[in-house]
Amino acid sequence: MKLGFLVDLNLCMGCKGCEIACKVENEVPLSTWRLRVKYIDLGTFPDTRRSFTPLRCNHCESAPCERICPVSALHYLENGIVNIDSDRCIGCAGCMMACPYGAIYMDPETNTADKCTYCAHRIESGMMPACVVACPVEANIFGDIEDDHSNISLYIMEHKGAVQVRKPEKHTNPHHYYVGGGNQTLNPLAHERIEGYSLFNNITHLDHVGDKNHGILDRFLAPFVGHDKLDNKSFVHFDNTAHESHEEEGGH
Amino acid sequence: MVESTIHATQAVVTLDVPIQGIVWGSIITVNMWAKSIGTGVVFLAAYLWFRHSKDDMPNLRWLMPVIAFLSLNIFLLFTLIDLHQPYRMIHIFTHPHWTSSITVGAWMASAFLGLITVLMVIGAADAFPTLGGKKCKITGLARKNSGLYEKIMPFLVFLAIPVTTYTAIIMAQASARELWQAPTEVMQMMWAALMAGSAALIFISGSWSKEARKDLALVLTVAVFFSFAMYMSEYFFSFKSAEAEAILEFVHSGGAYNLEFWVGMTVGFIIPFFLGMSYMKSENMTLLRFAALAALVGLFFVKDVWLKIPQMLPLS
Repeated sequence: MKLGFLVDLNLCMGCKGCEIACKVENEVPLSTWRLRVKYIDLGTFPDTRRSFTPLRCNHCESAPCERICPVSALHYLENGIVNIDSDRCIGCAGCMMACPYGAIYMDPETNTADKCTYCAHRIESGMMPACVVACPVEANIFGDIEDDHSNISLYIMEHKGAVQVRKPEKHTNPHHYYVGGGNQTLNPLAHERIEGYSLFNNITHLDHVGDKNHGILDRFLAPFVGHDKLDNKSFVHFDNTAHESHEEEGGH
Repeated sequence: MVESTIHATQAVVTLDVPIQGIVWGSIITVNMWAKSIGTGVVFLAAYLWFRHSKDDMPNLRWLMPVIAFLSLNIFLLFTLIDLHQPYRMIHIFTHPHWTSSITVGAWMASAFLGLITVLMVIGAADAFPTLGGKKCKITGLARKNSGLYEKIMPFLVFLAIPVTTYTAIIMAQASARELWQAPTEVMQMMWAALMAGSAALIFISGSWSKEARKDLALVLTVAVFFSFAMYMSEYFFSFKSAEAEAILEFVHSGGAYNLEFWVGMTVGFIIPFFLGMSYMKSENMTLLRFAALAALVGLFFVKDVWLKIPQMLPLS
């Protein structure tokens, strides 16, 4: 059994339901994402179009992250999922440097690498990944790519010529496919990423890797003096009045 | 940001999450720079002992391992502090994953540091007969096994080659960063070691014979020349991938790190080349020391730029 994922971009309407479902299911901390939906606008007014591209780990058959991980924290499961053991991870960020898809992040709570696991814990219990369940238009198709009768295999057969993967030239053999994608949506060099405020948010770089509130010295001291964690609970106590208004943030 | 957009499509990202910037920063630059010194002095010491009598470089036997020991400890310290979970460094030894160059390199560097420590103790015990007093067992044992130094040295030289170059393989394994390719990075690491090793030894070569010092100057001059030539070839003629081309085009056009790169190239490569050449004519020691200092400073700048620029590419 080799599990794979296919996203039909013709169906995706950019509701971000999958993104939220993933966040909730996997308790993904603030400022990090296992799955995100990227909006790209094409053309000039009035001849314009908006495309939506969900991006997650590609679970490559020849995964550069697995190869570079010095302690096997990143490892293959029998079903083809590239899983991660955060208890073993040393936080060297080698996997972040190796992944051609930018799918790995440094978890600010654990200070270890993390990424999409195709909800391996749910698969083990016979359930579908959270993002698949949440998708209102069934744009996410998940299943065994070695089973000719699985939904994903049938979909791939049906759309033979239109099935694409990201960066095939990297020879990573991703198990994550797209239908209805083009160069503008799948190639990060083919669209402009303007720094600054855009449609809803500030498209920019993260100013930190891992926990921004804990520097190098804290990493050493944390086991002895405790680690004042930044977690999703802190969002509950977030003081909104101290920040810019929604409109000032380029609101909609 | 670095992109290579098609004008006709006017494709613009209008909603996305913030993406990672520089993941491996200047801490890793210090790591590579210090390792170049630590292994470079071993190469240079072996070369000088092959070419000259030991009396021509009287302090080399004990100072070379001291420099290497200090540099390698800086290298290992900065490796450690770059980890987000520094106490789990031990996992590399308890749960090694042998396809990773990080693992292989950590094991080799640890063995290398162990051997350097042995040389340092023997070298210091022999150079300073009163070191540790008469009752010190360590210096006593070291003096008794003084010949071990010369037996270990050939193995150390061979081990220094993979210890120098394994970082290049890590960079090659970081396949998302197309600018780093194994063959060129391996050679750049070797040239960097020869540059840094010769530069470091120049500072302790005051009491050496003129011929030995000239050899140091020659190695420095040759190393900066070939390293410079490789950087220029890569900088202007990297047609290996869309990613490498895009990032270099961005830097060429005055983008981030352009100034740092050229300052590094001038200080670390062009100036030391001419100063090294001048020394071979004039034998002015001040010129040579200035060349060594410039090479070490410039090497850091250039390594820093080369490490950071591929990380400006959006990967998804």
